[in-house]
Amino acid sequence: MSTETGTVAGSDSSRIHNIGYRSYDGVRLGRSYARRSLYSQSLRGSFGLGRSAKSKVLPMLLCGVMCLVALILVAVAIATPNMTKLPIKYTDFAIYLQAVIGLFIASQAPQSVSRDLRFKSVPLYFSRPIERADYVVAKYAAMASALLILTGLPLVILYVGSLLAKFDFADQTKGFGQGMVSVALLSVLFAGLGLVVAALTPRRGFGVAAVIAVMTITYGAVSTVQAIAWQTSSADAITWLGLFSPITLIDGVQTAFLGAASAFPGGEGPGAAAGVVYLIVVLALVAGSYAVLMRRYRRVGL
Amino acid sequence: MVRATTVDDVTVIATESLSKRFPRVTALDRLSLDIGPGVTGLVGSNGAGKSTLIKILLGLSPATEGRAAVLGLDVATEGAAIRERVGYMPEHDCLPPDVSATEFVVHMARMSGLPPTAARERTADTLRHVGLYEERYRPIGGYSTGMKQRVKLAQALVHDPKLVLLDEPTNGLDPVGRDEMLGLIRRVHTDFGISVLVTSHLLGELERTCDHVVVIDGGSLLRSSSTSDFTSVTTTLAVEVTDSDDHPDGTDALRKVLTEAGITFVGHDGLDAEGLPGAGHILLVEATGEETYDLVRDSVAGLGLGLIRMEQRRHRIAEVFRAGEAHRAAPAATAGVGQQKGSGHHEH
Repeated sequence: MSTETGTVAGSDSSRIHNIGYRSYDGVRLGRSYARRSLYSQSLRGSFGLGRSAKSKVLPMLLCGVMCLVALILVAVAIATPNMTKLPIKYTDFAIYLQAVIGLFIASQAPQSVSRDLRFKSVPLYFSRPIERADYVVAKYAAMASALLILTGLPLVILYVGSLLAKFDFADQTKGFGQGMVSVALLSVLFAGLGLVVAALTPRRGFGVAAVIAVMTITYGAVSTVQAIAWQTSSADAITWLGLFSPITLIDGVQTAFLGAASAFPGGEGPGAAAGVVYLIVVLALVAGSYAVLMRRYRRVGL
Repeated sequence: MVRATTVDDVTVIATESLSKRFPRVTALDRLSLDIGPGVTGLVGSNGAGKSTLIKILLGLSPATEGRAAVLGLDVATEGAAIRERVGYMPEHDCLPPDVSATEFVVHMARMSGLPPTAARERTADTLRHVGLYEERYRPIGGYSTGMKQRVKLAQALVHDPKLVLLDEPTNGLDPVGRDEMLGLIRRVHTDFGISVLVTSHLLGELERTCDHVVVIDGGSLLRSSSTSDFTSVTTTLAVEVTDSDDHPDGTDALRKVLTEAGITFVGHDGLDAEGLPGAGHILLVEATGEETYDLVRDSVAGLGLGLIRMEQRRHRIAEVFRAGEAHRAAPAATAGVGQQKGSGHHEH
């Protein structure tokens, strides 16, 4: 019988395997190592690595779409004679492909946090050296990193392509830098919102729908009202309405500070003063997301 | 710290006037325990404070008052160090169904601080020791309850802790699975050298497994004693006889004869008043050795009665804690274990 392999009188099959219990005297790398392990496991998991083949399909597909679009833009830039710059700005890329980013966060945020909540694995983490903050930080950082890979990789492709096409180096480097800052901010903001929504809706499928709702419905609502405001020519209203959806927040910040052309109706992006408000709201949302996650995990401790 | 099993007087868990009060309930009430190496059962009905105690011992919940130390480490200040050396198996399901046992336990080993290679080796070893073989590569979702319990146990043991806290490990198992799990728990101490604190709301199932049993109720200590004190000092014989024309009440006749022979009876007038079928006709005789068996046999034959049964019946912990507690409390108060608390704790 399997439970008796340790005794001398085990059955034949168990005696072959019986090498007795070996204790572990090696190193224990502690809390920071555990946090890093959780980070890398979650980051890999966001792209389906270390998970079933089925769960690799969607994230890899979305990542492929992002890169493919970037490659096409590069191909156009190189093939078209007399071009001096890329067809789009670096900062525009994420705004154009926001639906893909939204799908990615909607599919991966729930798998990152809802699984542990739904199957009550969280107490197993907290009965180990890591603390609540380590868990939240590792999950948050992993999700933000995954989004940064998704949104940054195409920008790198665009940048390399522009250099191959021998566009102006200083110009391209500046644009690339601005683009990377913008997507970094976007990654942190989206990761926070996505994880909060997912952590509050642990039920299967629910989380996906809720994240999509937060990301796209707010955008739909904001851009509709903005369009109406444009029709009634209230430019001020367009500026402030942008505060109410994640992607328009990023649009506002990069229009004000990162030399982007606003995608708001009529290009009515915020100026520097309103831009500060945009930035404050983004940072407040990031800090708020962290605080909500910490609260959420205080209750599921053990 | 030295591995606990080699040092007899090491205290694994010590609490001193430990209390935990919530706004509306008192979960623990001045609990003082002193638990040594070995397998210790923590018994109490649901809501007796078992889970609260485990939370405090893991350093995850501050005590309202009093102190507690696990493996010599203070729970209030050295929680992380405790959690590195202690394993915990929760009562509820905690396994994601879409990964294999190997993947899951490797991940948990790394969460305990084991380097990647060591995590894989220890996982393979530990899963084998808890009795999971080929199935460990399949997703956990397809496992039986017994196999899931083994995975839960494996994740608590994978980092080779000095102590494991097992919360109701036999919950939901069928009788066979229950026996296997209890055997496994016994081996965790005897073969692996890891001390065990195992909770249950069933007294009976712990008596075979544990060296020591702690009973708590309403958050305070009811009794803390070595299991052997209850189960191996004496043996009880259950004797049932037929009636005959000469002796319309065979049981009573036999009792008279045995009393004259100087035999001691157990329980109320020697009658088993457990409420089982035929209980009123079963004599509980205290056996002091082989001669008691002979005496009973000869007495029954001498009276011309039919002997329906004569069987050994171990004292069950349950009996010891019941009403008859007072008259056999003496041998229970052994050295090195927490003392019985003062009165006033029998709340129900």
